[in-house]
Amino acid sequence: MISRRTMIGGGAGLLLTGCDQVVQIPAARKILFSGERLNLATQRLLQVRAGGRAALAPEFTAADISPIFRGNGTQNPDTADYDALLANNFADYRLQVGGLVRTPLSLSLSQIMAMPARTQITRHDCVEGWSAIGKWHGPLLGTVLKAANIRPGARYVVCTCADMGGTYYDSVDLIDAFHPQSILAWGMNDQPLSVVHGAPIRLRVERQLGYKQSKYIMRIDVVDSLAGIGGGKGGYWEDNVDYEWYAGI
Amino acid sequence: MDIIPPPAGAIVPRHRFSTMLWHWVNAVAIFILLGSGLGISNAHPRLYWGMFGANFDHAWANLPDMPAWITIPTTYDLAMSRRWHLFFALVLAFGLLAFMVASLLNRHFQRDLRIATREVAPPHIWADAKAHLAFRFRDPNRPGTYNILQKIAYAMVIFVLLPMMIFSGLTLGPGMDAAWPWLLDVFGGRQSARSIHFICAMLIGGFVVLHLVLVILAGAVNEVRSMITGKWRVPGEDEA
Repeated sequence: MISRRTMIGGGAGLLLTGCDQVVQIPAARKILFSGERLNLATQRLLQVRAGGRAALAPEFTAADISPIFRGNGTQNPDTADYDALLANNFADYRLQVGGLVRTPLSLSLSQIMAMPARTQITRHDCVEGWSAIGKWHGPLLGTVLKAANIRPGARYVVCTCADMGGTYYDSVDLIDAFHPQSILAWGMNDQPLSVVHGAPIRLRVERQLGYKQSKYIMRIDVVDSLAGIGGGKGGYWEDNVDYEWYAGI
Repeated sequence: MDIIPPPAGAIVPRHRFSTMLWHWVNAVAIFILLGSGLGISNAHPRLYWGMFGANFDHAWANLPDMPAWITIPTTYDLAMSRRWHLFFALVLAFGLLAFMVASLLNRHFQRDLRIATREVAPPHIWADAKAHLAFRFRDPNRPGTYNILQKIAYAMVIFVLLPMMIFSGLTLGPGMDAAWPWLLDVFGGRQSARSIHFICAMLIGGFVVLHLVLVILAGAVNEVRSMITGKWRVPGEDEA
């Protein structure tokens, strides 16, 4: 038993190091990581509004838009393929939609821009703690998925992106994919999306943190399982640095 | 309230089981929440007021880089700090809820924390403060009861600080803001909530330090034992 005196008098550092040791134990790690599932279940329960309508992320007014919206993560994919697309102002860009769909799609940027769009002024919350408010414009991800006619058994939507040499990816489940604020944004603050913010299109999943809002999307795949994709945890950050797959909190 | 004070040296029941259980669960949870919270702070150690705030926006505070020996984990790892923080946040929040329900049912709140009007009269508070400074922490006629400064401190932590911590923390989650948009109105935006979350954490840290100091001054062995077994030995007049 560690007495309180020991704790104040230098035992604290020992206990903190103890926490580092504890997470090396697989069972302890599993318990610690189960917090994510509890948070997901609790939030999904609370996000159901009367009548079963999904709760929307708060939307703001034009006056609330951040004067500066910093870019984060990859600022430019810097690959030969991406540079070629950018050089041509994305005239040759095609968004591939495949996986568990009856009608695979290959959409040009102008086709995407011609689709019915939603405009929303929302807050972007970075996992690091900062926030910025911006105006986003683009078709619902759900509209694109409906056009592709997804098959029964589908559970997740995986976005594969141009950055990290074309290996960056992330995923959401169908509840978030069909959420009325989940859009494939091609416009930001009344301008075409800049390279820093994910040109030509990025995902907005407004009820989750920034790292779920994939930039530079090249492919969308509908899948029944995340196993076998990348490291199997549902995304680049999830695979590489233990970020939660569900990032609502 | 005892009419006849128990004699010095008598062993008397002091703490309810729910109080002891909650106390020790919290001792662990708050230790981990503070450590992992300081780790999270290192990811973006700038605090803002309002609905947004990032680099290039006005920050009212630039926090120091928290040294590795007080963060969980002891190397910078935002993902693991968050894993620790969000797991023990659930322990803290549901623990507080359970403790509140139990303490209403077993009348711990009504019996031990209820503040009488005469207790908050300035002369009474003044007398109690002077007694504290003289290291006299209890009324010899009613040694088992909390004094007014203790009652105020515990009530502040239980009914103000911990709920503020929990609700300001929930406001930081975009999923929670969708579920409970009123959180943003209560705290004036996500970045204000983040600032309040940090300030309340420091106040709780301060409470923990003061609490430990007073436990030692009041007789560490007797106090800690009472929080483990529920039994407390009535100290003599010459004891603190």
